[in-house]
Amino acid sequence: MKTRRISNVGWSVVVLLLAGAFIWMGCPEKPALVTGEAAQAVYVPPGSYDEFYAFLSGGFSGQVSVYGLPSGRLLKIIPVFAVNAENGYGFSEETKPMLNTSSGFLPWDDSHHTVLSQTNGEADGKWLFINANNTPRVARIDLATFETVEMIEIPNSAGNHASPFTTENSEYIVASTRFGVPIPQADVPISTYKQNFRGTISFIGVDPKNGKMNVAFQIVVPGYNYDLASAGKGPSHGWAFFTSYNTEEAHTLLEVRASRNDKDFIAAVNWKVAEQYLKEGKGKKMAAEYYNNYRDHATRITTSEKRTSVTVLDPNACPGLIYFLPTPKSPHGVDVDPTGEYIAAGGKLAAVIPVHSFSKMLKAIENKEFETTINGIPVLKYEATIAGEVQNPGLGPLHTEFDGKGYAYTSHFISSEVVKWKIGTWEVVDRIPTYYSLGHIMIPGGNTRKPWGKYVVAMNKITKDRYLPTGPELAHAAQLIDITGDRMRLLLDFPTVGEPHYAQAIPAEKIMDKSVQIYKLEENKHPRATKKAEQARVVREGNIVRIYMTAVRSHFTPDNIEGIRIGDKVYFHVTNIEQEWDIPHGFTVKGSQNAELLLMAGETGTLVWEPKKVGVFPFYCTDFCSALHQEMQGYIRVSPAGSTVPLSFSTGKGE
Amino acid sequence: MHTTSKLLVLVASLLFVALYFVPLWQITMLAPQYPEGIGLYIWINEISGMRPNNLESMNILNHYIGMKAIVPESIPELRIMPYIAGFFILSGLVVVLRKKRSLLTAWLILLVVTGSVGLVDYYLWGYDYGHNLDPNAAIKIPGMAYQPPLIGTKQILNFRATSLPHLGGYLYLASILLAAVAWYLDVKRDTRANSQQPASAIG
Ligand SMILES: [Cu+2]
Repeated sequence: MKTRRISNVGWSVVVLLLAGAFIWMGCPEKPALVTGEAAQAVYVPPGSYDEFYAFLSGGFSGQVSVYGLPSGRLLKIIPVFAVNAENGYGFSEETKPMLNTSSGFLPWDDSHHTVLSQTNGEADGKWLFINANNTPRVARIDLATFETVEMIEIPNSAGNHASPFTTENSEYIVASTRFGVPIPQADVPISTYKQNFRGTISFIGVDPKNGKMNVAFQIVVPGYNYDLASAGKGPSHGWAFFTSYNTEEAHTLLEVRASRNDKDFIAAVNWKVAEQYLKEGKGKKMAAEYYNNYRDHATRITTSEKRTSVTVLDPNACPGLIYFLPTPKSPHGVDVDPTGEYIAAGGKLAAVIPVHSFSKMLKAIENKEFETTINGIPVLKYEATIAGEVQNPGLGPLHTEFDGKGYAYTSHFISSEVVKWKIGTWEVVDRIPTYYSLGHIMIPGGNTRKPWGKYVVAMNKITKDRYLPTGPELAHAAQLIDITGDRMRLLLDFPTVGEPHYAQAIPAEKIMDKSVQIYKLEENKHPRATKKAEQARVVREGNIVRIYMTAVRSHFTPDNIEGIRIGDKVYFHVTNIEQEWDIPHGFTVKGSQNAELLLMAGETGTLVWEPKKVGVFPFYCTDFCSALHQEMQGYIRVSPAGSTVPLSFSTGKGE
Repeated sequence: MHTTSKLLVLVASLLFVALYFVPLWQITMLAPQYPEGIGLYIWINEISGMRPNNLESMNILNHYIGMKAIVPESIPELRIMPYIAGFFILSGLVVVLRKKRSLLTAWLILLVVTGSVGLVDYYLWGYDYGHNLDPNAAIKIPGMAYQPPLIGTKQILNFRATSLPHLGGYLYLASILLAAVAWYLDVKRDTRANSQQPASAIG
């Protein structure tokens, strides 16, 4: 009896304590109020268009997903660094070379940052660039076709994370090494990190006419982990800024050993000075193996070209090329504001958001206010470059974007919130939670000189209880926040493809009218195109059989093929001879080891098939093209090796 | 013939010059899958798509119902019509220079007759395309014909087909009207002159 009463008392105390805890914390924080007004703000009626295109990187998916804003409707997934069986990207003969590297054909990579090409510091809607982190590359997507058209590998690099940020006129796309490595690669003990490991900062030139990329030059830098980058604007045009962590140069247990220093560095690179040094012949040619892959618009064929050397600059021989700006606690993001004067850093373990001043930096350089010099790189004094610190913004500040109205927005991973602060006074003016653990945020044009400061999109890594559960693996998410008022307002929350690491957005009218609708047959320069059904044919060249086939609603020509033998390598060169928008045809054959082809109007694609079994195998259209799509099919007969069945082909013969 | 009438005939014949530059007729079709419409322009010397590749797309669609492909090169009228237009320009100028009403009368009648023959011919082509279908067509609907309307709008399966003159057709009509007005004015003036003559004789 007595013990029971005590235990009852005990329970009461626990309950009281718990209630007290809730009262003390305020109510358990369940989703901020989302009202009917918010629904209206993101409602795009059926048949109407969104205001913005948003390009979200796929992180570990390796692809880019295109959303409409404000509706959050998924418009397209653009395959970039991962094969895409769905449309034959990385499987067709025309696209396989796009994924060729110095390590051979790679079916996957992780990609983090999308960046739109710029003219005069504004997004121009021509191209979208995106990095491959694992095997360092930068890809270029043509925004007329929404297709990956070029890829360049970056030599002397590992972990291309701080990429592909752009200069004001896309003179350069930058890249750097997140992982220090021996440069050139060498068989050395890992423990010799400090002696043998280095980093590189790379500048990729972009041809303003056709977008073609080349590795213009690399700067060899100490083996820190270069994490993110941002190019100067306006007055700071000509400079690019890179954060680094692990200035401790640890090679093991980095979570502890790379977090020891109070400050790491932002590397400020003057690429105009670099151009000067290159002109003076200070660049050293260094042997390197890397690939540049390019897809031609007229042939739709990708060619992979090997490059064998790269130009390298050494800071020791190039004074004025690069400076280090001490920045608190393993900074992650670095973002230059629209005026080009302020450089905000996200010290992920810091209690402040430090903001450097570009003009103060120039003055400090002029006055040689150096703490020390590392490998020919002067380290500026923190007090000499700092413009201000945003105090107690939140926990784990990462990335900052700007609205063009004097405010900055910084994502906070640990406290899971977007914090709005005022440039100049460095005061926090508003904050809003996100669900949960956001990385980057994006304001349309928020990384340019001209932000369209209407929304901020927060990209979250964890979604836990936000959607219906789907087993252990849950979708990542994006949240659309209205920033037009004094207070930020959550409007919409939608699941994403892969990890939406970073994004870009641009008003729809900058892109939509340029969208290609068909590939014109008369401009189709594919050497194995068949532009008329009458020209369809099958040709044997030894054990290679080439089938020149046409596809049109709703039949293939030819659709009966005989005389194939085991041991043959069969090339289906299929041309979609339609000339109408949104009439693709698909093609595959039973036992295809190469996914399928998905061909847009006027396009030629090639599927290789090596039959392993005797028999008759159907092939068919895989994209529901027409009312008689199910009838769009044919047969190919495979005879034993050495068979005398003559090669023949036809459509509509017999009966 | 009087100056006003001559001027009107001159304009009427010169209107035919425009027919070399604008279509005579248009057929447009709307369907759920073609919200933007798909259409053909009929010119004096060719048939073209309203938008690039519309003719090819129309032929691809029509093959399902067994309609013959529209191949402009195989339509003789398209080779003849430019000469007819040329004839009306030259003969119109002759009418203006010769100033004879009888010639104007003949020219007007020829205009009307040619226009009517043209419409009948267009109807017959439409009938042929719409009725003489491949018996092995994929889509066969008993009793269904696919003839486009001569003028106006008609629902044909999922398509709403509209056939209307284009600018050239209206110019042709304008030419007839101008010639008719010229003829009428000429006749009216002469009758007035005739009725005034006796009066002056009396006076
Ligand atoms: Cu098809």
